Amino acid sequence: MLEIKNLHARSEDTEILKGINLTVNAGEVHAIMGPNGSGKSTLAHVLAGREDYEITEGEVTYEGKDLLDMEIEERAAEGVFLAYQYPVEISGVSNKYFLKAAINSIRKHNDQPLISRGDFVAMLKEKLALLGMDKSMMDRSVNEGFSGGEKKRNEILQMAMLEPKLAILDETDSGLDIDALKIVSQGVNALRSPERGIIVVTHYQRLLEYIVPDKVHVLAGGKIVRSGDKSLALELEDKGYSFLSEGAEAIAAN
Amino acid sequence: MIATETDAYQESFNQFQTDQSSTAPAWLTALRQAAMERFTELGIPTKRIEDWRFTSVKPLATKPYQNVQSISLANGDAEELLQRAKLDESFHRLVFVNGHHVPQWSSQHELPAGVVIENLASSIRDGSRDLQGRLGLETSDEAAAFVALNSAFVNDGAVVDIPEGVVLDRPIHLIFVSVEDGHTVCHPRNLIRLGKGSGAAVIETYLGREGDGYFTNAITQIELDEKADLDHHKLQHEQTESLHIASTYIDQKDSSQFRSHYFSFGSLLARNEINCMLDGEEIVSTLNGLYMPTGEQLMDCRTRIDHARPNCNTYELYKGILDDRARGVFNGKIFVHQDAQKTDAKQSNQALLLSDDAVVNTKPQLEIYADDVKCTHGATIGELDENALYYLRSRGIAAPLARKMLIFAFANDVVQGVEIPAVRQHLETILLSSHGLPDV
Repeated sequence: MLEIKNLHARSEDTEILKGINLTVNAGEVHAIMGPNGSGKSTLAHVLAGREDYEITEGEVTYEGKDLLDMEIEERAAEGVFLAYQYPVEISGVSNKYFLKAAINSIRKHNDQPLISRGDFVAMLKEKLALLGMDKSMMDRSVNEGFSGGEKKRNEILQMAMLEPKLAILDETDSGLDIDALKIVSQGVNALRSPERGIIVVTHYQRLLEYIVPDKVHVLAGGKIVRSGDKSLALELEDKGYSFLSEGAEAIAAN
Repeated sequence: MIATETDAYQESFNQFQTDQSSTAPAWLTALRQAAMERFTELGIPTKRIEDWRFTSVKPLATKPYQNVQSISLANGDAEELLQRAKLDESFHRLVFVNGHHVPQWSSQHELPAGVVIENLASSIRDGSRDLQGRLGLETSDEAAAFVALNSAFVNDGAVVDIPEGVVLDRPIHLIFVSVEDGHTVCHPRNLIRLGKGSGAAVIETYLGREGDGYFTNAITQIELDEKADLDHHKLQHEQTESLHIASTYIDQKDSSQFRSHYFSFGSLLARNEINCMLDGEEIVSTLNGLYMPTGEQLMDCRTRIDHARPNCNTYELYKGILDDRARGVFNGKIFVHQDAQKTDAKQSNQALLLSDDAVVNTKPQLEIYADDVKCTHGATIGELDENALYYLRSRGIAAPLARKMLIFAFANDVVQGVEIPAVRQHLETILLSSHGLPDV
C-alpha cells in the first residue's frame, strides 16, 4: 500500500529526514517511535503533503501512484489521513459543515454520489457515540475552545467519518488521560481492517497497549534505526532511547 | 482654505434659507446661519490634516453636491430600493428619500404610552420638543466641518424618544434612500434618546440608485440615561459612486449598555465615526464592525471612546476584508481620563487582504491618564491562515473551497454578534452572495 524509499526531506536549511525506508501493507499497523526531534512528525506531515518541507531525495509510492506528486487535497481524497498532534482551530466554520464538506469533496474526487443529509446525520450520530462525544460539539467551530482531549477525539471522529485507507496518527496519545486514551484507541481499533493501513507515531509505549502494532520502528536522527515486532516497544520502554545511540552508530557503520 | 471651495455650498445654503424662511422658527434660522459660518471657517478637510491623511474628500471641493428641495417618487426607483432595504414588516419603520421623510412608506405599530418615533421636520413644525440644544451640536473633532455642514442644512431625520422604563419589543428601522439625478447631497440628522431603564433596537440602512454619485452626510445623536439599553445597527449599502460621511455621538449615563454593529459594503468613499462618551459608572459599550471594500472603494472606520468615570467596560472588534485595489482605514481612539479607574477596555482590529494591491492602514490610539486600568489592543493584518488552509485541504477540501470557508468564517464572526434574526439573516445572505459558501 505504502512504500517509502530513501526519503530525504529538509525544512529551510536543516535536513530532517535522512533516508527513510518503510513499507506498510494493507491490514498492518505500524508504530513509529523515537525521541523528540527525531523526525517522526516531519515524516507524518511529508506524507500528508505539508508544503513547508522540501523533498531532496527518494520516493513514496501509495497504491502504485507517486504520492509526492499529489496535491494535499488529492492525497486526502485518495485515502490518506493524518490525525494531527496539534489540531488547528478554525473559528467560524462549524464542525458539521467542515465534515460534510470533507466527505463530499472526497466523494466528488472519486466520482461517487454525494452523501445525503439523512445518511450524513445517521453516520455522524453513530461515530459520535463510538467516541463518547456530545452532538452539540458539531455546531461549534472546528476545534475552537476544545480541550486537548476533545481535539484528539475530534481528529479520530474525522478519521471515522472519512474512512481513509491509510491513517497516520501523529502523537495522538499526547495530552490524553487514561480514560480518553482508551476511548480514542477504541475508535482507532474500530477502523482496523484487512484493507486499511495504519501508522501510529508515538513517543511512549503506553498507546501501543491499546493499539497493538504488527511492527515497531525506531526513528532516530532522521533514519529508521531499528525495526521489530511489538516487543521492541517494550524494550524501549524498559531501556529508554539512550541505548539507541549504539544501534544507530552500528547502522551508520554498515 | 480657498474661498471658492465653499462658495458653491454658500449659494446652495442661501437658496435653502430662502426656501425655509416662511416655515423655519427663528432659532433654527439662526442656528443654521451660525453653522454655515463655522463650516466656511473650517473648510473641507485636506489630506494635510493627520486625521484625514488616508482619506481624500477632494471631490466635495471640486464638484459641489446640490441640496434636494423636493422629491419625486413617480418613477418607482425609490420604491424598488425600499423593497430591497426592508428587513421585516413587524419593525417600526421611518423612510427618507434624499433626506425627506416619506410618510406613506413609513409605518408604526402600536406603541407604548410616551414613545415617540417621528421625523425631525414634524418635530420642528410641532415645536413641542427641546430640539434647539441637540441640533446646535458643535464639535471640535476631526469631523467638525461635516457636523457644521449637517447643522447648516439640518431639516429632517428620525426622532426617537423612549420614556423611562419602557422596553420596545419591535426594532425601529430607519431607511435612507438616495435616487435623485445630479450630484445631490442629503444631511440626515437622527436624535435618539432612551430614558432610565428603557430599551430599544435601532437599525439604520443607507442605500441608493446606481447612476450619478451622491453624498450622504449623516449624524446620529444618541443619549442613554441610567440603565438604558440600546442595540444599534448600521447597514451601509450606498451605491458605489457615492460618498458617505457619518458621525454617531453616544452619550451614556450610569449602568447603561450600548452595542453598535456597523456593516460597510457600499460607497466609493465611506467614512464612519463613532464617538462614545462614557459619562457614568458601570457602563458597558460594545463596538463591532465589518467592512468589505472591493474595486476602488475606500472605507475609513473610526471610533473614539472616552472613559470619563470609573468601572466601565468597552469591547471593540473591527474586521476588514479587502480585495482588488480597495483601501481600508481603522482608527480606534480610547481615552481613559484621570477619574476612570478600573476601566477595562479591549480593542481588536483584524484585516484580511485578498489581493496584493489592497491596502489597510490601522491605527490604535490609546491615551491613558488613570493608573488602575486594563487596556488591551491588537491589530492583525494578513492573508488567510496557511495552517488552517493546510488543515482543511488535508481533509480533502480543495483549495478554492477551503479559502472560501476561511473568508466566510472570518466575516461571519462579526455577523453572529447581531441579535436580531432578520438583520443577521440579511447579512448572512450578503456574505453568501459575495464570499459564498456552497451547500455541501
